[in-house]
Order: sequence, then C-alpha cells, then structure tokens
Amino acid sequence: MKDRILDTDMSIEAHNLTKKFGDFIAVDSISLQVPRGEIFGFLGANGAGKTTAMRMLTGLLRPTSGSAFVAGYNIATDSEQVKRNIGYMSQKFSLYQDLKVWENIEYYGGLYGMSLRQIKEVTDLMMHKLDMDQERNTLVSQLPLGWKQKLSFSIAIMHRPRIVFLDEPTGGVDPITRRQFWNMIYETAREGITIFVTTHYMDEAEYCGRVAIMVDGRIEALGKTSELKTQFGASSMDEVFYMLARGAKRNE
Amino acid sequence: MTTFLLILKKEFRQIFRDPAILRLIFLMPVMQLILLPFAADYEVKNIKVGIIDLDHSDYARQLISKLEHSSYFRLAAYSSDHHEGLEWLESEKADLFIEIPPRFEASLIRENKASLQLFVNAVNGTKGNLGSAYTMGIIQQFNQEIRKDWFEFPKFNPEPFITVIGTSLYNPYMDYQRFMVPGILAVLLTMTGGFLSALNIVKEKELGTIEQLNVTPISKIQFILGKLVPFWLLGFVILTLGLLVSYVVHGIQPGTNIGNIYIFAALYLLAIVGFGLLLSNFTSTQQQAMMVAFFFMLIFILLSGLYTTIESMPPWARKIAYLNPLTYLVDAMRMVLLKGATLRDLWPHIRVISAIGFVLNFLAIYTYRKRS
Repeated sequence: MKDRILDTDMSIEAHNLTKKFGDFIAVDSISLQVPRGEIFGFLGANGAGKTTAMRMLTGLLRPTSGSAFVAGYNIATDSEQVKRNIGYMSQKFSLYQDLKVWENIEYYGGLYGMSLRQIKEVTDLMMHKLDMDQERNTLVSQLPLGWKQKLSFSIAIMHRPRIVFLDEPTGGVDPITRRQFWNMIYETAREGITIFVTTHYMDEAEYCGRVAIMVDGRIEALGKTSELKTQFGASSMDEVFYMLARGAKRNE
Repeated sequence: MTTFLLILKKEFRQIFRDPAILRLIFLMPVMQLILLPFAADYEVKNIKVGIIDLDHSDYARQLISKLEHSSYFRLAAYSSDHHEGLEWLESEKADLFIEIPPRFEASLIRENKASLQLFVNAVNGTKGNLGSAYTMGIIQQFNQEIRKDWFEFPKFNPEPFITVIGTSLYNPYMDYQRFMVPGILAVLLTMTGGFLSALNIVKEKELGTIEQLNVTPISKIQFILGKLVPFWLLGFVILTLGLLVSYVVHGIQPGTNIGNIYIFAALYLLAIVGFGLLLSNFTSTQQQAMMVAFFFMLIFILLSGLYTTIESMPPWARKIAYLNPLTYLVDAMRMVLLKGATLRDLWPHIRVISAIGFVLNFLAIYTYRKRS
C-alpha cells in the first residue's frame, strides 16, 4: 500500500485495524473513514476498546494487523508525521499541575516547534477566548476541573492540527461546562479541524455528525444518529446503545 | 532550539517549585557531608579490655596501667578468676581480655621469657583485628621498656635491629576524614544525579503526562537531553556545595587542580544521569524506580572502593567494581583532593568513565519508546 494517500479529503482511514494483547483481542478488525471537518463520535462501554483504538490512531500503540492513515500518513511507518498533524487530549488529565497556566501553554507550544512570538499570540488569544485572563499566573492544580478540561482542549489544538483526538473529554464535568465544551468542539470543527471523540454519554452522541458504537472490540454500528435510531427501531441513542451493549461479554 | 530551551525551562520550573526536591538537592548533601565523615571512621576507639591477673606482681600491674593509659582502651573488667574472662566476651562486657598467667614476673626475670594469652571477640572483624593489633603493640612496647630496665645490654647488641621509619604521604596524619570526605561527596553526587533523573521521568509516566509528550513530534534525543541536562547542571551545584563544606568543616583544601574535579565530574554526571534515564525506561512507578535504584546504589557503594580496597576483593567482585562508575569518581576525587592529581594522572579514569557514559546514554536513548 502506498504510504501517502494524495486525494485526501479523508482525515482518518482505518482498514481492519486490530490490536491483540497476548490472547486478548482488544480491537478486532475495525474499519472506518472520517472526512475532514467531521465530528466523529466513538462510543462504547468501559473496556470496549475505544481507548486502545485511539491510541493506535495517535501513534502511541503499534497495531497488530491492519492499517490506518491519519492526515494521509501511514500510522505504522510514518507515525512522526502523524504526530505533527494531530492534537490529543488523553483521558488522564495531562497538563502539569505544578506549572502555571501560561507555563503549560508555553511548554506545549514549544514541543510543537512554535516560536516564542507565536506562542505569545496564541496564549493571549486563548486566555481571552476562555475568559481566563485573570488566571494566567494560576497554578493549574488550583483551577476547577471544567476549566482544566477547556484549557487542555485549547492546548491540544493550539498548533492548529488537522485532526484532534479527544478521549472522554467531559468525564466528571458539570452539565453547563459540558455544554460550553461542546460549543468549543463545534467551533473547532467549523474551522476545518476534524474531531474524533470518545464518550459514553449518549446525549453527547447526538452532537456528533456520525458515531461508531464499539462492543467487545468490534464496531457494531456506524452512521448518523438518526439513521441508527431508525435502523434499531429505537427512540433514543440510549436505547440503541443498550440494545447493542447488552450482548457484551466484557465488563469491567 | 526554542523547543529545547522551553523544555529545559519547564524542568527547572518544576524542580524549583518542589520543596521536597529542593531540600534533597541543597540540604541533604550539606548535612550528610558535615556529619557523616565524623561517624564513618575506621579508627577503633574505646575498646573494652578485661584483665585476668593470676600473678598480681609488680610487672603485671605495670602492664595493666600501660593498657589503661592508651587512648584506645578502656579497662572494663578485672578479675583473678580464669573463667570469668569468657563470660565477659559472652556478655560483651569486654571486647578482648588478656590473661596474665601465674609466675609471669618470675619467669620473665629468671627464664628471660614469659607468655601472655590474648582472647579477642572477633564477631566484628575490624574491631577484633585492630584491637588485637593495638594490644600487641602495647605489649611490645612494654617488653622493650622492661628490657631496658633490667637487662644490661652488651656493648654490642648481638641481635641487629632494623628500625622502620614510616612517612605518610598525601594524608600525613592518616586522617580518615580526609579519606572519607571525597568518597561521601562522590556518593551524594551519584544519589542525586541517578535517583532524581530516574524519578523525574517515572513521575511523568505515573501522571500520564508522558503520553501527551509521546503524541508530540519531539525527538527522542530532545526528550532525553531535556531530562539529562537539568540534573547534570544540578550535579555541579551539589559538587560545589560539597567542596565548600569539605573545606570549611573538614579543612580539605582542593588545591590548584580543583578544575580537574569539575572536568571529571562533568563526565561522571553524564554517565550517572544516563543510568537514571535507563532505569526509568524499565520501571513504571516511582516505587519500583526507588527500589531498583536502591539495589544498584548498594552495589555501587560497596563495590566502589569507598570503604574497602578493590584489590582485596575476590576476582568476580573486582570485575564488577571495575565496571562501577562510582569506583572511578571515588578514586578521582581522592586523587585530586589529596594528591592534587593532574588531568594526565586522571587520564585512564577519564577514558573509562567516558566509555561507561557513552554506553549508558546510548542504551537510554535506544530503549526509550515513544510507542508501545
């Protein structure tokens, strides 16, 4: 297979992507395509393999078999190029608690090779947008969780990646902040950045363009939420999810 | 370049914001270097000596008082009962005892010779050895003195005497502190350089921030150097503090070749920080890292010639000692601080430590994985 797809309007393309840990098949031959600018929801119960799949797509984990292209680059052979073009917000909160807000921004900007001037501009803009001008010099450990998550997200996209991966970004966040968070996601998508987001809040699924539902390492359903509801004869995504997840053997 | 500078800035900010690490870096070495050399001393003093006197003669008393007046001994027990001696050793009332047999004085005068018996508790080998050596020395002296008293020497001594006059070079008073201070400083440098660097990376693993780092395009080299350089620089701070303490508290003047210590330490720190980084690649929690580091630290210290000479180790241990980076630092520190060694003198050590440093850092970079 050629290393780079040139006609790329596809931000993510996966073909039979599989990850085994010994005998355990964490991700079982999944295939999906995400076009540029889409908000793609990746749903599934705990242990369904969402995070593993995402870790393969971000180049943190080597797939056992199958292939995937992210931003047009092969994740197996070109993971450093992939990394230049993506942002990632992990499940674990990943800003440095013992650094101030602006110091975290500066550090991550540095890692993506931004110049000091660029970093300063982005910081000013970000602080203004997040309404955090007063908190520039606050240690991250002292921010409320909702603010931390919004800051995390802003830092994940500060280098203008083509795709941003969000791993359960709204876990433990209050409903109002969640709403604000999703507004930020929409705005980002409008700017042409593809969003790949995992969640297990079904109401959030409704915000996504298309969703994939993972059960026991496999994608059991993929499509627009309205289509899925018709397909399964359900009135809500909750119901769809319940029908699919009921058959799951893995449980945490 | 901006990337690298920003990485360094971040590391230093974190270090200087953590009071525990600051104490570890600045307070711990100073305190240890002030106190430990006074305690870690080979000189055995206050040896408890017991006397079984079965003779009660004038000579016996002279010998006893001679022992009593030595600064090494403390007269702990005295008896005329032969059986009590072993009980003293058993109950640790005495570390050694001397039995003066009946008719000691008489046979010394009449037959021109007499024997004494010395019993030593050798559970603590060093104390036992030194105790018996000191005792022998004193008895020898006593022997000389009574010969002068009692026997008229012939005009020409029938037995030729060979007198040995010893001169101690480099450490004229054979002061153990002078010997230990450079060694302890070397250990401190190893602890902070090796431990802190390992813990730092493993902490990022625990917090999950390393994952965030691994999805960025920074190169392995940048990552490793970013972790290496801060601890390398801190090593110099500790070294400088340590040298100041040795001068102010222990009176050790580094002399004009002090620069050589820094040159050697630069290479050594590179090696030991590389060791810490390597360690962090194979551990995933700070607890694991601590345990493994502690395991190696013991080997480093015991097989470095800090306390015992490498030449007297069994061959297998000697092989380990020659691979041990601390061996070279301890020796180089002593060479420079006590003998004023030049770079030419240090050259063999410099070659070995550079090689060790190269291998460790190569392995650290090679085994660091941005993805699993």
